[in-house]
Amino acid sequence: MRTLRLLAFGWWFQFKTISRSPFEGLFQIIYPLFFATVAFLMFRAGTDQKTLLYASLGSAVMGMWSATSTTAGGAMQRERWHGTLEALVASPPHFALILLPITLAMSTIGIYCLVATLAFGRFVFGIQLTVEHPLAFAISIVGTVLSFGALGFLFAVTFVRFRAAWALGNLFEYPVWLIGGFLVPLVLLPEWVRPISWALAPTWGMNAIRESSLGGNPWPDLAFCLALGLGYVTVGVLALERVLGAARKRATLSLT
Amino acid sequence: MAVVEAIDLHRTYRTSTGTLRRKWMDVEAVRGVSFEIEKGELFGLLGPNGAGKTTTIKMLITLLIPTSGTARVLGHDVVKDAREVRRRIGYVFGGERGVYERLSGYDNLRYFAELYGVPPKEQKTRIESLLELVGLKGREQERTEGYSRGMKQRLHVARGLLHDPPVVFLDEPTIGLDPVGARELRATIASLVDAGKTVLLTTHYMFEADALCDRIAVINKGQIVAHGTPLDLKRGVAEGTVVEIEVFGMPDGAVERVREIGGVMSASVEEREQAQMLIVQTEPDVELTQVLLSTLDGASVGRISKREPTLEDAYVSLVSSDE
Repeated sequence: MRTLRLLAFGWWFQFKTISRSPFEGLFQIIYPLFFATVAFLMFRAGTDQKTLLYASLGSAVMGMWSATSTTAGGAMQRERWHGTLEALVASPPHFALILLPITLAMSTIGIYCLVATLAFGRFVFGIQLTVEHPLAFAISIVGTVLSFGALGFLFAVTFVRFRAAWALGNLFEYPVWLIGGFLVPLVLLPEWVRPISWALAPTWGMNAIRESSLGGNPWPDLAFCLALGLGYVTVGVLALERVLGAARKRATLSLT
Repeated sequence: MAVVEAIDLHRTYRTSTGTLRRKWMDVEAVRGVSFEIEKGELFGLLGPNGAGKTTTIKMLITLLIPTSGTARVLGHDVVKDAREVRRRIGYVFGGERGVYERLSGYDNLRYFAELYGVPPKEQKTRIESLLELVGLKGREQERTEGYSRGMKQRLHVARGLLHDPPVVFLDEPTIGLDPVGARELRATIASLVDAGKTVLLTTHYMFEADALCDRIAVINKGQIVAHGTPLDLKRGVAEGTVVEIEVFGMPDGAVERVREIGGVMSASVEEREQAQMLIVQTEPDVELTQVLLSTLDGASVGRISKREPTLEDAYVSLVSSDE
């Protein structure tokens, strides 16, 4: 019970911290719209509404992913700059219980991006969002947010040890768009890329959202997405003690 | 059993120079520090900047792993039982960093109350009483980015006491505070001991250590060079005379030459607006004024005075004796 309370309060606290900057909030909404515009213009060549909806959902999840991947590193960097990283590490709970809410708060911001992109597609490009299974659609979004947060957590474990690792988030931003099948179906990618796609929770989250919207069966995809998310958290938790030990040994926690 | 035990602590940092041909070197920040702090004691770790105070305190609060040696807090090893140690200690770092600036002081305290496991029902009353204690009552809903340095430092103190820890580590808590703020904070520190807490205070202000601490360890270049009660330390260097010479334009190397004069116990220089003050402690019954003036290479000299040694002279003598 105490663990759940700590996770929930930590998430709320970090979400409040991020939401306090109107500039950053606006940036999170506007930034994905540029990519969405490119996607819509590309896919508008075909007149099929389903294709446009495919692109609309893809670019919405692209925004969600960008919000998580780029800001997870930034969040840890901010903890370093503010000198709060040491304060967090020196507190009694397992550091995973402190770190996970931070990355979950980041991925929650991704919901803003999703809503903004879908609304942009609807009102600027006239793309109708028809959701065949609304409940499954909502659950798929929540599951995808959780798995993005879990992947962000895995990144953040690295950021705790290496100061410059925030750049990893930026490095992974565009490749995951591609190999996660956000805009291009996976079958069009080379075969050797597919195992990498399957190891990424965003791939399955994207599928689940599309299936629930277009009338397919989202549950297997969602199950894979959540299972991978759980896997990322498990690996992150196991690695965290070692990473923190190295940071305490090398005295890198207080460095900015 | 001592509440805090440091046994032969060493800490070496690895640092590098150059970009392409990188050269690595080891810097020994702490070299064999040992001390014990008993229950209810206010123990001072006194030393100049870079002496190893913060490194020592960071090893004790589990943020750094010692290169060698051991340390225990309330019987728990700081490396093997880090989580047990963290539950039982509070710590306060001086300076403005370490707060979430976009959020209010109250939000900051709520978050750390959760992290330190303060029961939800007690959080509100606990935070309110601490805000009262550190003088932030009425300002707690403001964003901390608008707080002055002193307010942030007082917020640190409140955060360090949220879970009512039996042991408190204070790392230069009054640094940068105005005189009134520093005096108020010192009164708060004194009240911690009255409340039965064990406190380790690091400072480079001699008068602060003298006013607050039951015992002091003077640390310099990573080693403890003296320890005892403030009275013991004063006794150690209470002999002799202090000669103060006001010099306008201190010649290069003059202080080093003064230190080599027979009968000189210590020598230091303080900057005073237009001039420098050469402060020399000499052995008893030795008259060195003329000899000292001859080492100044004809530099303009203002006021010359003599006085009895103070505790500050004791400190200067200790930290400059092996320079």
